[in-house]
Amino acid sequence: METRNSIRPFGPVVIDIENITKDYVMGEEVVRALRGVTLQIRRNEYIAIMGPSGSGKSTLMNMLGCLDTPSSGRYEFNGKNVAEMDDDELAAVRNREIGFVFQTFNLLPRATSLRNVELPLIYAGIESERREARATQVLADVGLGDRIHHKPNELSGGQRQRVAIARALVNGPSIILADEPTGNLDSKTGEEIMDLFEDLYQRGNTIILVTHERDIAVHARRTVHLRDGLIEMDHAGFIPELDLPVAR
Amino acid sequence: MLFSEIIKMAWSSLGANKLRSALTMLGITIGVFSVISVMTAIGALQYSIENGISFLGSNIFQFGKYPANISASGDVQEKFRNRHNITYQQALHYYRLMEGEAREICLKSFGYEVKGQAVYNGVKTTPSLLIVGTNRSFLTANAYTLGYGRNLNDEDVDLSRRVIVVGKLIEKRLFPHETPIGKVVRVSGHTYTIVGVLAEKGTAFGQSQDDLCIMPITRFFEDYGEAKRTVNIATQAFTQDTYNRTFDRGIGAMRIARGLRPDQPNDFEIYSNDSLKSAFVNVAGYVRVGAFVISLIALVAAGIGIMNIMLVSVTERTKEIGVRKSIGARSRDILRQFLTEAVFISETGGVLGILLGIVAGDLLATWLKVDLIFPYGWALAGLLVCSAIGIGFGLYPAYRAANLDPIEALRYE
Repeated sequence: METRNSIRPFGPVVIDIENITKDYVMGEEVVRALRGVTLQIRRNEYIAIMGPSGSGKSTLMNMLGCLDTPSSGRYEFNGKNVAEMDDDELAAVRNREIGFVFQTFNLLPRATSLRNVELPLIYAGIESERREARATQVLADVGLGDRIHHKPNELSGGQRQRVAIARALVNGPSIILADEPTGNLDSKTGEEIMDLFEDLYQRGNTIILVTHERDIAVHARRTVHLRDGLIEMDHAGFIPELDLPVAR
Repeated sequence: MLFSEIIKMAWSSLGANKLRSALTMLGITIGVFSVISVMTAIGALQYSIENGISFLGSNIFQFGKYPANISASGDVQEKFRNRHNITYQQALHYYRLMEGEAREICLKSFGYEVKGQAVYNGVKTTPSLLIVGTNRSFLTANAYTLGYGRNLNDEDVDLSRRVIVVGKLIEKRLFPHETPIGKVVRVSGHTYTIVGVLAEKGTAFGQSQDDLCIMPITRFFEDYGEAKRTVNIATQAFTQDTYNRTFDRGIGAMRIARGLRPDQPNDFEIYSNDSLKSAFVNVAGYVRVGAFVISLIALVAAGIGIMNIMLVSVTERTKEIGVRKSIGARSRDILRQFLTEAVFISETGGVLGILLGIVAGDLLATWLKVDLIFPYGWALAGLLVCSAIGIGFGLYPAYRAANLDPIEALRYE
């Protein structure tokens, strides 16, 4: 596909990580999940973070998503130091700057699509009319204009993930952070979701994919391999040969 | 975050567990119901007593051996039990001293232990008639009126005639089709001629006041014995203006009749409408405190129920909390959400309890034939207590929810 290979021009640096580490104390033992990771991500990148389980992939993702703060090192998000933020400021960054997409969708089961997508706007303090208009618009953008009053259990897996993506997009975030977004979908639906990500990328969004699947990572324009808490490789595009030792 | 959104969220999550929410609510409802119903009923009673019901006729004070205080346990205190009875002789002495000073002086002795049962032509009343030995002043002193026939008179007393005046209930039961006047009935083994019938007085506090028969006090002593009986003396002043003077003289006369030296305290009780009212208010106060304490215990138990259910809810919804946090909910948003749910449960339960309590209390008031009231103060207090319980017992679960680590919470299955 033509568009697949087209790389859009990068914008300013969104994520600037320098030599961050993260240690966990588990009983007597100290687990060093990240041992000094340095990474820069610019606006309008499409990047895949790969690695086997235990590589520190999830820890890095939690860090990027401002769910956690590093033990040491520097992390700047849009030029603001995240490591020094308190819980409320982190919540505000998660609300406005980051759109999460989870493997298990994580929609509120009793709420309609509209209500689920409205949720980040509620926490942003936006009043109900604007909220509803915005959520409806975004749901239409991901192809669910006719499903806004359905609850998650009335939707297919692909549709649920679209709702989750709409929820991630609704506040106009700086990055979309997708953790194994196709992990719970069959391959055909998975491809459809990846097409949607491609579409979002082309529309100017910054996308960070966290995955261990090569078929998924291949959609990204840049791949970062993690191993034992360190970046093993960071290269443009996806080079299958280089990827071999990492992928299954 | 807007408050209306928090309310909406609380409503939807409570709706998801209707039975559970309802049962938790029920605990609060019962606690509030008990306090509000008791307070409503007592409030209605007290209002009626303070604004109408007279225990005695107007401008009347009364002497007796026992105080009017209705002791909660039913025990008569030693002090009163060891007093000498007010004998008929003493009562007569008082009567003579006070003649001309008062409009009416009623001497009366109650046959509480006599199971009064009237029989006429084989028809019987229930064996629960109150037999009173008294004189002509009984009607005035106890706010009765004569229906028809005649009242007791002084001659009846002097000659200890076998005559009685009966209450409406007895007339209805024994003489549905004929006049009772002049008829001879048997009451507890003695025969009497009915000379009068009292007008219906109705019930007071659920007790009929029409199932009594009154006879000359001399006859009463002859038939039922005098030895162990005490006489109550009711005195009616001529007017409101002379009441205080009559009252003072009455006490003086009573002291003389009882043979007290000036340094001895009164060995009799004095009561009036006012003292009877205050005696009731006193008892009502105890009942109030009791009802309040019991309800408070019930509410604390219900509060623990709320806490329990909220803790379960927090555990069940760990994932939801993680999701909310990941999309930008602050800790205080989560705190507010769970706290609102707890307060919502207790407030809804409380409002329900207040409404049911007022209905029940007023039904009781209707049964007691007193005016209905709406206890605004207690209703407001109920709402405040419910809020306090919702917040008090909801705070810890909400705090736990708010402080969940978002990563751990998201991982929770």
